[in-house]
Amino acid sequence: MSDETMNPMREQIQAAIEENPVILFMKGTPDQPMCGFSARTVAILQSVGQPFAAVNILPHPAIRQELSAISNWPTIPQLFVDGEFVGGCDIVTEMYQSGELQQALGLDAGPTEPAPEPQPAEPAPLSIENRL
Amino acid sequence: MSASGAAATPQELKERIEAGIPGATAQVTGDGHHFNAVVSAPAFAGLSRIAQHRLVYDVFGLEVGDRIHALSIQTKESTA
Repeated sequence: MSDETMNPMREQIQAAIEENPVILFMKGTPDQPMCGFSARTVAILQSVGQPFAAVNILPHPAIRQELSAISNWPTIPQLFVDGEFVGGCDIVTEMYQSGELQQALGLDAGPTEPAPEPQPAEPAPLSIENRL
Repeated sequence: MSASGAAATPQELKERIEAGIPGATAQVTGDGHHFNAVVSAPAFAGLSRIAQHRLVYDVFGLEVGDRIHALSIQTKESTA
């Protein structure tokens, strides 16, 4: 069928995943997460000092639909590194605690700590919904 | 789909995970909307964490994010 080739939103999401080394699809923004799972994932990325692009899926329900079609993953947030789906909040948390996340990001794994509490965030470097 | 309009319960999720994944045992807690499932299954052997979690999500299909508002998952390999 043609749904993969004739779907501009899916192509734009795919392009954003490929163009951004680390990109988080989330509910809300890093400054103002609208869901505890998104907030926790943002807090982990910030605690390891990893800059990341962020896309708020809430303004456009179709983003979530297309994203889940790409990743074959039903929930939000979703983290992609180097174009690969890494996981949602549970997997990112486990990987952070084991040091695998820092490895996947090419960072030095510090001592393992409990997952950090959400902190006020830096502005998101990217918001693709403006293009969608 | 066996889902009714009634609120989901931890017991329902446990039974469906254990029925849907061969040999699985699940501990599920939750409030009817947000659930946490700890699942052990021999079927997880050799799978990535993502693939393990997908097996659990696939039990519920489109109910995840809808009737089952949120489902946190921890997976463990178990011997058959």
